[in-house]
Amino acid sequence: MKKLLSVMMVMAFALSMLAGCGGGATESTGAGSADAGSVFRIGAIGPATGAAAIYGSAVKNGAQIAIDEINENGGINGAQIEYNFQDDVHDAEKSKNAYNTLKDWGMQMLLGTVTTTPCLSVAPLAVQDNTFMITPSASSPDVLVGPNVFQVCFTDPNQGSKSAEYIAENKLATKIGIIYNSADVYSTGIKDKFVEEAKAKGLEIVSDEAFTEDSKTDFTTQLKAAQDGGAELVFLPIYYQEASIILKQAKKDMGYSPIFFGVDGMDGILTVENFDTSLAEGVMLLTPFAADSDDEAVQSFVQKYQEQYGDVPNQFAADAYDGIYAIKEAAEKAGVTPDMSAQEICDAMVAVMPEINIKGLTGGDEGLQWSDTGEVNKQPKAVVIKDGKYESME
Amino acid sequence: MSFLSYLINGLSLGSIYAIIALGYTMVYGIAKMLNFAHGDVIMIGCYVVFTMTNSFHLDPLASLGIAIVFCTVLGVCIEKIAYRPLRGANALAVLITAIGVSYFLQNLALIVFGSDTKSFTSIIEAEPLVLAGGKLKIPVITIVTVLSCVVIMAALMLFINKSKAGQAMLAVSEDRDAAQLMGVNVNNTISLTFAIGSGLAAIAGVLLCSAYPTLSPYTGAMPGIKAFTAAVFGGIGSIPGAFIGGILLGVIEIMGRAYISSQLSDAIVFAVLIIVLLVKPTGILGRPIQEKV
Repeated sequence: MKKLLSVMMVMAFALSMLAGCGGGATESTGAGSADAGSVFRIGAIGPATGAAAIYGSAVKNGAQIAIDEINENGGINGAQIEYNFQDDVHDAEKSKNAYNTLKDWGMQMLLGTVTTTPCLSVAPLAVQDNTFMITPSASSPDVLVGPNVFQVCFTDPNQGSKSAEYIAENKLATKIGIIYNSADVYSTGIKDKFVEEAKAKGLEIVSDEAFTEDSKTDFTTQLKAAQDGGAELVFLPIYYQEASIILKQAKKDMGYSPIFFGVDGMDGILTVENFDTSLAEGVMLLTPFAADSDDEAVQSFVQKYQEQYGDVPNQFAADAYDGIYAIKEAAEKAGVTPDMSAQEICDAMVAVMPEINIKGLTGGDEGLQWSDTGEVNKQPKAVVIKDGKYESME
Repeated sequence: MSFLSYLINGLSLGSIYAIIALGYTMVYGIAKMLNFAHGDVIMIGCYVVFTMTNSFHLDPLASLGIAIVFCTVLGVCIEKIAYRPLRGANALAVLITAIGVSYFLQNLALIVFGSDTKSFTSIIEAEPLVLAGGKLKIPVITIVTVLSCVVIMAALMLFINKSKAGQAMLAVSEDRDAAQLMGVNVNNTISLTFAIGSGLAAIAGVLLCSAYPTLSPYTGAMPGIKAFTAAVFGGIGSIPGAFIGGILLGVIEIMGRAYISSQLSDAIVFAVLIIVLLVKPTGILGRPIQEKV
């Protein structure tokens, strides 16, 4: 009996190994089908599985839509795009492996990585190899380690100062509580800049409380501190998973309903399965992308995304879409061709990046532009959650 | 009034740690192994309740019943497949196996339920209790959690001290070989321990997710480790110890967060643990280990 079981386990293991190899093999034959030199090879890296999978899948799908559109309309400089997405499970080491896999495949431009921590270890590789890299969503300023690394999303400090400005200018509140994740560079980056800017604008920070990765279930203490301090607005520079608990504990258990103000990590809260969206009613957030916008390009993107993937796209999908179009725009302006090497393409594209301006889904009226350090310049939109949907505040 | 409200939150969090810690401590006391997959059994229990209430629209209590049965069976299966073949192996091999089972359950949940966070509907929907003219609000789930913890503890103590099967457990934990010679079926006793521990895990999971309503494949991991700490704190192997350790851990965590630093709350908890272990290496209620010559 025991032997039979172990034989079965071994068989199952061997089969799964074979299946893994099989998957790899088809991918590489798929890549080899088109002659090198006649197509552009764009690689992408992000977490398609694991705890951060929601971001990686959004980027994967958003980029796919952009690439399908471009290929249908004749490609970049007349050449089609081949697209290869590699999973890094939000892990720095796996991300480097994914980068090397893509390099072997013949990648010419990189869209990625999706999350900040892996990006910090992949960006130096791209700089070393001189491969053009644009991250849709790694928001720390630290990822911009070389002239050939660009960002589509806001940097963390930028989000913090814009949030404080917005709150002060619209007189949303004068007493402010903060709950942030001290174990996360994203959260602390936004929070530090927010505090600085809030003080400059005369806002009073009545409570400034942290939580860590290891104790992110109970927020009643942090909320109580904000409540006791009389905070009229609680700023949440955190991801939506924790925010959903905070909203429930504040509104249901404590009967405390200040204005909750989030940043782009809050985007996604309405898609949490089984979440009581009435709890999110009135939550405000600054985000570069609102799926309900009546902008024609946004509507067409949302519709395509829903048809193909069954979800309403979040800003990560939109950032990825814009990232692909930024690559297209820069490649066309630089006049690169698929037979050039990744290094030649990179040099040509880096030179023209500060000159391009694309409208994009996340650019608002003024569009997206890049500085020569790789930072994006675009306007955030303030949205408020109303009847379970995002609504623009303007 | 703030102090009272922190204390209540601490008791609520501590009660959940205590129920999870009971599972750790029972398995350790009887099978002499650390079942690191315990936290993940909790997570599986939560997913069962979530699926039953959301996809099959069952009554929350009925789904809790199903989850208890499911986890009990799961616990017994894990023991049979993963741990029993290693009964004679050294402790390190068993520990690594337990970590392996933990990863297996997490990744299984990832494949079956996906990685995105789900919001768990509390099994008890009621208005919070308002005391002291609105200054003190106590969520009903908090009261239920603390009460369930006390009831479970008392029932376990009764079971172990009064029933035949409980006596067999005690005997196995004292001396496995002697118990076997006296006619106690060691394998069945260990299976029963896993069954009870895993059934409790389902209850703990539902209480955990009702109070802190997010559910992901990693939901059980951190509370599992904290509860393990609580079990060590109270004296691993001792049932009242797990209870006291759990409650203390929860209260210290919340108080530390409220009055010292919200950033350092975990550091404070573990600092207290280190001090306790320095003074009393077997934990608060642990029995001294006698070296056999």
